[in-house]
Order: sequence, then structure tokens, then C-alpha cells
Amino acid sequence: MFFLNPFINFFRVLKQVVKGGTWYYAWIGFLSFFILIGVAAYLKQLNHGLIETAMRDQVSWGFYIANFTFLVGVAAAAVYLVVPAYVYNFKPIKEVVLFGELLAATAIIMCVLFIMVDLGRPERVWHILPVIGKMHFPASLLAWDVLVLNGYLAINLFIPFYGLYKLAHGKEYNMQIIKPLIIISIPWAISIHTVTAFLYNGLPSRPFWNAAVLAPRFIASALCSGPALMLIIFQLVRKIYKLDIENKAIFKIAELIAYAMAVNLFLFMAEFFKEFYSNSIHLAPMKYLYFGLHGHYNLVPWMWASLFFNLTAFVLFLLPKTREHFFSLNLACVLVIAGVYIEKGMGLVVPGFIPGTLGEIYEYSPTMVERTITVGIWALGALIYTIFLKFMIPIYKGELRFVSRVKEQPDQT
Amino acid sequence: MTYARRLVLLIGLCVLFATLAVNNAYPGEEQEQTAATTRRKADPDMPKYVVPPPPLSEGIFPCSQCHEGMEPNPTRRELTFHTEISKGFNHAKEQRWCLDCHNPDDRDKLRLASGKLISFEESEYLCGQCHGTIFRDWKVGVHGKRTGYWNGRKVYRLCVHCHYPHWPKFQPLKPLPPPLKPDHIKYRKLSDDEIPRNPIGDISETVYKYEKRR
Amino acid sequence: MKREDKKTESRFFSRRDVLKGAFYGLASLAIPIGSADASVWDAFFQKHFREMNKDEVGAVIDRLEKEYYKKFGKKFDIKTTEAIPGTLFGYGLDLSRCIGCRRCVYACVRENNQSRDPQIHWITVLRFKQGKKWVNDLEEAEKYYYPGEVPEEGYFYMPVQCQQCENPPCVKVCPTQATWKEPDGIVVVDYNWCIGCRYCMAACPYGARRFNWGEPRIAREELNTNVHYLGNRPRYKGVVEKCTFCIQRTRGNPGRYPACVEICPVGARKFGNLLDPKSEIRYIIENKRVFRLKEDLNTQPKFFYFFAT
Repeated sequence: MFFLNPFINFFRVLKQVVKGGTWYYAWIGFLSFFILIGVAAYLKQLNHGLIETAMRDQVSWGFYIANFTFLVGVAAAAVYLVVPAYVYNFKPIKEVVLFGELLAATAIIMCVLFIMVDLGRPERVWHILPVIGKMHFPASLLAWDVLVLNGYLAINLFIPFYGLYKLAHGKEYNMQIIKPLIIISIPWAISIHTVTAFLYNGLPSRPFWNAAVLAPRFIASALCSGPALMLIIFQLVRKIYKLDIENKAIFKIAELIAYAMAVNLFLFMAEFFKEFYSNSIHLAPMKYLYFGLHGHYNLVPWMWASLFFNLTAFVLFLLPKTREHFFSLNLACVLVIAGVYIEKGMGLVVPGFIPGTLGEIYEYSPTMVERTITVGIWALGALIYTIFLKFMIPIYKGELRFVSRVKEQPDQT
Repeated sequence: MTYARRLVLLIGLCVLFATLAVNNAYPGEEQEQTAATTRRKADPDMPKYVVPPPPLSEGIFPCSQCHEGMEPNPTRRELTFHTEISKGFNHAKEQRWCLDCHNPDDRDKLRLASGKLISFEESEYLCGQCHGTIFRDWKVGVHGKRTGYWNGRKVYRLCVHCHYPHWPKFQPLKPLPPPLKPDHIKYRKLSDDEIPRNPIGDISETVYKYEKRR
Repeated sequence: MKREDKKTESRFFSRRDVLKGAFYGLASLAIPIGSADASVWDAFFQKHFREMNKDEVGAVIDRLEKEYYKKFGKKFDIKTTEAIPGTLFGYGLDLSRCIGCRRCVYACVRENNQSRDPQIHWITVLRFKQGKKWVNDLEEAEKYYYPGEVPEEGYFYMPVQCQQCENPPCVKVCPTQATWKEPDGIVVVDYNWCIGCRYCMAACPYGARRFNWGEPRIAREELNTNVHYLGNRPRYKGVVEKCTFCIQRTRGNPGRYPACVEICPVGARKFGNLLDPKSEIRYIIENKRVFRLKEDLNTQPKFFYFFAT
């Protein structure tokens, strides 16, 4: 009865996902609550149109695209773990690569959701696809983004799923299959962020984005926020699942964040210098961000806070003493995530539109509907990741096994 | 079918097509066609175009109805009849008085500096004596308003359609309202009657309305 | 802003609204799946305008005319007139004449069926203070001026609308090819193909594109039923629209002038065929001092600002 095996295996996984302790149910309930109100808010937006957001013709992209951009960065950061793990065979990191790849996949799913809620006509999204739609490739960078993001999603779902599938059957995965994918995934991770940066970068109408340093800045900041998020997740996973993640791996990643942050700050400084010293008309958006423009200051405190967070976190990650102390390490992680979230989210998208192409200043601040939908998508992302971990960790630890073609003794769970 | 019946059918069809043709025309077209009287050909510089008749004041023209037999008086003075014109006169007023443009002998004509008499329908030659560059622009359709068809019959305006000859400067207009600011655009539930109406109704109706004079 | 937010918040958590939203939202989601009406399916699977043959276009026009009749109770005549060979439209705007009266803005709204609520204007009239920096970044522009009378002492005005670029950045970035440049140079949008991603709006250097943030609404008696598929036909919630040089008027033999040209009380607006050496627009380019907005971006607009005197 081999053909029944997939069903049996599926129910094993399902059982693993459904059963859990009080804290597990509480967490799922907590996330579901936010997902539900997010869905309600989205239905309202679907019904009334994007008029429910604060976006208008003057600032035509906002909070959704800001979150999208940040999450592309998080997704790209999986490469940070893949490179040392597979290329240099750095053992401590290799063991946690799985969580990085799953995080990347989750982040891409969230990216897709943020794009979907931003569309005026989501039911027509198939128009963007090649063959059945009318994809504008290679002219439109958004078409490129669709390709690279989906490709990246496929790779990052395939590698862990394939690896764990093999593991669940009690076999070692085939390096012949995995290795080329891993090698492709490295430039691919860089590409998703580069393409996303180019998406903004290629618009000469928006001088704030039309700077060559944008793509390098994107990658540098992604290499800060992504791994920082992972460090927090590792610690949680280690605690909850009693998983053996070495401190060595954590500290190594933290050290790498420090270098990435150094580059990020340097590139920021280069941009800051160029704009303020040359003092051309293209300074306006930068001025709006850091000093306010014509009496509009909405983002000023946020941007300085972001800079302060990034600088503080850089110091905390750089000094071995604070890096290897869990309180300061986690503080630094939170600061980096918050700093980059501001800088690469609202701090990137909004000043592209302020001042507008006709000189108008419209201070954008997301509405309740936008915020609720955003929280909903984050909650959904957390739920997806939780479920991934829920059945993958037992497989990884050897506690959950599949029924194989070759008759085996059922596992002990 | 008899000839009579065919004839009736033919006439019927003609009427039908004529009605269709009229219905298909834009609402402004008819108005423009009836208004258009003057078609220039004398001047080879000038393209084919149509100019509506000048906006002569009701009951004033022809001038000869009063001025016939009246002795022309070139002195600058307060006029007893055209009081508004003499009071408001503001067109190079130090250099000019009535008979510099109006012909003293045949009062229904205008007189160019050369002594040539022209009708009120072609007054642009008179204006063009001083405003040469603008006259040149006007002839090629760059100065002044034009309507009609970009690749067909065009309707010009005479200088005097827009500029009152005795005080030609444009009178100011009340602007139409500014757009709504972005934070005032919100979701609203409106009944059909509550939907804001556009301040401009039919476009072709308003073609001449804003040529301002007082 | 802050106050508005609070209002939305309190409304947001009213249960009735959420439930109703859920119902309508689900209904709108379910349309392609559950509806028995075949035309809904046809609308969903409608092909890209340029990929349809004559019969398919005819079928789409029939369906749209029926849809519009059902929605507005008015008979629409949707044209699909193609570009006239040998035409490339160009526009001239005489800055020395414009008095900033905004007649063009509302004539355009009337002719092109822009939504009255939420308000959409295709033309933006900017006011500048004389002697101040103005043309490059337009940072000193005032869009919301509203004095008792225009023109005002010490100011001048510059209307901006779609510049119909020869090298349009909006077309380049559109991920679905829902917007393109026609052979006569008009940049058009297929409102049935646009997915509403608004990338074109980010790309446009002239702030010329407008998005239907809500369901567009126009009083029934103000609808212009003489429409073009690529131009002024009624639009949908969630799609982008823009000036088309009144494609429904100008594509004709003879073709009328755009509504903004026709309404302008001072005759500041000029329009014609750039390929016709005798056209007024060619005369302007060859004899007047013309400039185009943001020429440094190499978008090559076919919209020429000039100073007649």
C-alpha cells in the first residue's frame, strides 16, 4: 500500500502541527486574532478601494511597499548563513541554515502578500505573469522582481523541504541536487535585493531613489536586519525546542552584523555627504527626512532615532564584550531591526514622493486600515513560520519520521 | 415598385441620413457654422479659416444712421452720446482719438493709416497696424483662441471678440476652485444628488462665454 | 490628519461596518468564481487590448456598452478609432498668456468623465511667484491658490498635464503593458488590463497620472457618452488614468481640438500635428522660444511651453 504513504505522512505532519501545549495554542490564538482583524480590514479596503489608506496621487506608495522592501531584505539575508555554511563548511552555522532558509521563504510569502494588498485590482494579478498574462519583460523592473522573488521562494522552499523530506525518511540528502541550488541561491539572494533596489533606483523622476548607492545600501542594511531577526529566532527556538544551537554560531553571526552595519553606515554617510555638500535641488527629500521641509517634520524624529539605533547597535555588535553578552546582544538585535525597518521602510518609500514631482508636500501617515492589514500580514507570517518550525524541528531532531517505501519500524513519537 | 414609391423611399432615406448626420455632429458645430460668415482669401499669407462676425453693439451699428450728415469733430473731449467709451477710453489714450480708427466720411468703415477703408468684419488689419507681431502670430493661429478642427476647418476670433477695442486689456476672471487637498479625499457615502457637480457644464456652450468685456 | 485617523479608527471597529465590509468584500472576491452571469467571466478573462482581433474588440465593446447601460442608465458610444497615419500630436502652451483661471481643469473633467467624488483632475495648474526659482524642481509651486480674481499681480501660472513623452518612463515600468504609446504619440491606458500597482505614478516626472482610489462617481446627467475605449470611457476603482489629448475628439477626420484647447479663454493652448510642417504647433516650435518640462530627464515630451511675446 505504498500509494497511501503520502497521506499517512501528511496526517503525521498535520497531527504534529495541531497538537501542542497551552503556550502553543495561546500563541496561535494570539496570531489568529490579528490575522482575523487584518482580514476584516482588508475586506473593507477591497470594498471601498485604496481610499481607505492614506496613500493618494501625491504619495502613491506607502506603508505596504515599505514593509515589502524591508522584508525583501530579511529574505535576502538568508544568504548570509548559506555562504559560510556551505562554502566554508563552517559547522556551527550550517546547523542553523535551515531556519534561515525557512525565514527567507516566509519573508517572501509576506512580500507577495504586501504587494497583493497594495494592488488596486488584485484579481487581475495574473496579467503580470508570462505567457498567460502580458509580462513586460525585460523593460519593467517589477517584472524582474516577480521572477526573482518567485524563484527565490521556490529555492528556499525546496532546499529545506527536500532536505527534511530525506531526513524524515531517515536518509541523507543528495548533495548532487542541493549543491547547485545552494550555489545559485547565493547570487539569487543578492539579486532579489538588487532588483528591488533597481525598482526604485531606475526612476529619474524621484531623485531620492535615483542614486547609485541605493542597491549597495539595500544589501548592506539587509545584512544587518535579516541576521538580527534570525539571532532572536535562534534563541527562541533553542529555548522552546531544546535545540542544540551553539553560542559560537550566534556570536559569529553577530560579528558579521557589525561589519555589515559598518558598511551600511559608511554608505549612508557617503549619500548624506553628497546631498548636503553639493546642496542641489535634489537635496529636498533628504532635508525633509532629517531636518524637515517647509514646516513638515513627520519623519524627522524617526530618522534620527533610526540613525541612533543603528550607531548604538553597531557599537554593541562590534565590542566582543557586549556582543557575547545576551542582554546587550538582544538589545542590539532589536535596535538594528527597528533602525533598518524605519530607514528602509517608511524612510525609503515616503521621501521618494516628498516633495512630489510637482513640488507638493503631502505628509503621509498610514491609516488604521493600513496598519491593521500590515499587522495582519506580520501575524500571518509569524504563523506560517511557527507552523514550519512546529513540524520541521521534530524531523530535524529525528523525532518525527515518515513511512517509507521500504518497510520500516514506525518511529517512537 | 412604382416610381412614386421609390421616390418616397429615397426621400425618406435622405431625411433619415440627414437626421443621423445632425445627431452625430457635436453640439457646438451648428453654432459655429451659423456664426461663421467671413472667409478670408484676399491675403495669400492667410490659411483658410473662418471668422465669426464682429460683436457689434446692438442698435449702434450702422453708425451712419446717426452720423450721416454730422460734421466730424476731431477734438478730444467728453462725448455726449458715447459717454461710456469716452470715459473709459484706455487704448494708448495719449496718442489716439476716435478718428484715428473710425473713418470720418463713411462712418460704417474703419480707416487704415494708409487711407485704405476696411469693413468692421476685417478689423484685424486695423489692429495689425500697431500690433504687427501679434497680428503675425494671429494669422498662423498662435495668438488668440481657435476652435474647430485641428486638421480641418478652423474658427478664429477677431481681435475684438476678446479685446474690447476701446479698453483692450483683459478683464480679470474669477478662477474655478482649486483641487481638494489629499487629506480631504476620503471615502464618503453619497446619494446621486450629493455627488459634486462640475462647475463647467457643456463645453461647446461655454466657448464664447469668457471673452470678457464691460 | 491626526483627527481623521481617529475617526477612521472608531468607524473601523464598528461591528456593522466590518460585517458589511466582509460581505461585500467576499462578494467581490467571489464574483469570478460563483457568478452565473457570463459577462462577468468575459470581463475577467478579457484579453489585452492589443492582442484582440476585430471581432473580439467588437464583442468587448458590446459588453462594455451593456455594462455601462446597466450601471448608468445611459447609452454609451465606445469608439476604438485607430491613430490616423502620419500624425504625431503635439501641444503648445503659451505661458505669457495663461491667467490661471482653471477653466481647462474642469472642461477636461467634464469631457473626460473624471470621477467627481473622489475628486480626480488630470490638469494641475501651478502658480509661481515672479522672480523666484521655479522650473526645475517646482518646489515653490502653489497648486491650491484661490484668489478672488486672476491673474494676480506678481504671479504667473503653469498648467501641467500628461506631457505625452516620446520616451515615456511610465510605459517602460508598467509590469503588465497596460499602458503604451500609440502610433500618433498618445500614451494610453487599458483600464481593463491595469492591475493598479501604481509603478507608473512613481515613474512619471510630471505628476500626470491619477489613481482611482475609490469607486469613481459622476452624476448621471454629467456623463459624456461619446467615448473612446482608450480615453474617456468610465473607469473602474483601482486603476490608473491620465490625459489622452482627448483621443475621442482628436482622432477624427476632421478631428476636434482637445477640450482644454477649446475652453481656454485666452487662447493659450495650441494643438496640432507635429508631422505637418504647416501646423500651428510646428510654427511655434520653429519660431518661438519653447522649452519642455524637466528636459534633463530625456523623456522628450510632446508638450511645449512657450512665450509668445
